Amino acid sequence: METAVLAIGTRKGLWLATSDDRTAWRLSQPHFLMHEIPSVAVDTRGGRTRVLVGLRSEHWGPTVVHSDDLGATWSEPEQGAITFGADDGAALERVWQIQPDGEDRPGVVWAGCEPISVWRSADHGEHFDLVRGLWDHPHRGEWGAGYGGAAAHTVLPSPVDDTVHVAMSTGGVYRSNDAGTTWRPRNSGISAYFMPGPAPEFGQCVHKVARDAQDPRRLYAQNHHGVYRSDDAGDTWTSIADGLPSDFGFVMLAHPRRGGTLWVVPLVADGERVPPQGRLAVHRSDDGGRTWTEQADGLPTGHFNAVLRDAACVDTGDPAGVYLGTRAGDVYASADEGAAFVRVADRLPDVLSLRAALVPG
Amino acid sequence: MVTPDGDPGPASRGTDPDGLGVVLRVPRALAADLGGRREVVLPVPDRRRLDGLLDALVPVHPALARRLRDETGSLRRFVNVYVDGLDVRRSDGLATPVGAGQTVEVIQSVAGG
Repeated sequence: METAVLAIGTRKGLWLATSDDRTAWRLSQPHFLMHEIPSVAVDTRGGRTRVLVGLRSEHWGPTVVHSDDLGATWSEPEQGAITFGADDGAALERVWQIQPDGEDRPGVVWAGCEPISVWRSADHGEHFDLVRGLWDHPHRGEWGAGYGGAAAHTVLPSPVDDTVHVAMSTGGVYRSNDAGTTWRPRNSGISAYFMPGPAPEFGQCVHKVARDAQDPRRLYAQNHHGVYRSDDAGDTWTSIADGLPSDFGFVMLAHPRRGGTLWVVPLVADGERVPPQGRLAVHRSDDGGRTWTEQADGLPTGHFNAVLRDAACVDTGDPAGVYLGTRAGDVYASADEGAAFVRVADRLPDVLSLRAALVPG
Repeated sequence: MVTPDGDPGPASRGTDPDGLGVVLRVPRALAADLGGRREVVLPVPDRRRLDGLLDALVPVHPALARRLRDETGSLRRFVNVYVDGLDVRRSDGLATPVGAGQTVEVIQSVAGG
């Protein structure tokens, strides 16, 4: 018997939803009310369920806390889990991403932050070290800020080797082949329509990247206009936007086990960040983005709110669960890979982050 | 004077009746980072400045120290600090003099949506 746990990070607190069938959900009382929760993770490696939360107080700043008892108690390292050193000349603004590594690296957790930086923990997310290779990268001074801030919002360690991909807004995709020691931009083929001339080596506003479940060299990217696939670990990217109602959006999800299956949540355009015709829908491909199918059963119409880049996730169930949350504070779950959705919660604050996991019941 | 929420009034020196130290007073939201208290008496810092007082917090109340200043040492944007009722941003900022018998009060500013 497994229980599904859905961590819902919003602009004003965290909720934990649980379900025995991924259809009927129980919603917790709010945790960290009035704190922004831009990142959550549910780390189930090693037989323990650890919920990690990147929270931010408008007054008291950002921090990372964790719970090993599904929110009954929370711990925060006194010195802070992620802090710049005195010589770095920077202060942590926001933790955008908390990404547990694979099963074979049980203590390793990555974080992507604002200002643009990547961090690595070897102790299950209690203390993180700045990844110096990226922080000291000669491009760093030229990376810019999107509307939400200048952040590394995606960190994707490879399950098979020391490759790590990072995506940042704005800066694009960078890849390390040596576990973060050195980094190179990997944006060939990704547009940057907001910049004059041909697309640059870096500077793209990549919104989200996901790694294919079966081919670790295959990546999918939702760009600030543009949906792409790379079959060579990011060396080159080709458009897979044909068949979608729009190439704009924030979400990119890959199936947890099956290669070639991915989901996006299109929005009309940069200048019209709402679902097309006000119909909230995910679009799924089962062939690596060659063709797409709309999935909207159970999702609302007359809905003019965006789904942000981390306000969507999949779980590892079979069939896989698909989850999304909107800036209207509505959260939807599908227990059948997007075929039908049920509403988990509504009228919460803006949903910023969602992560789901199946844990022993 | 004690207000209904237990907040000692601005003239109170109940925790430091001799006035030999510096009283640091924090809002309710930060009490957990001060061992459940709203007030602590700290030694007068060597430099007799606010930054010295806040530096002294780091080893004994590191979480509280992080709430007040970021890693560059700057006061967080929406943290207001008053020394005997004077907003340090209208004085010398972190270089504002702090001495024996004075009260340093942290108040969260109006922020949030």
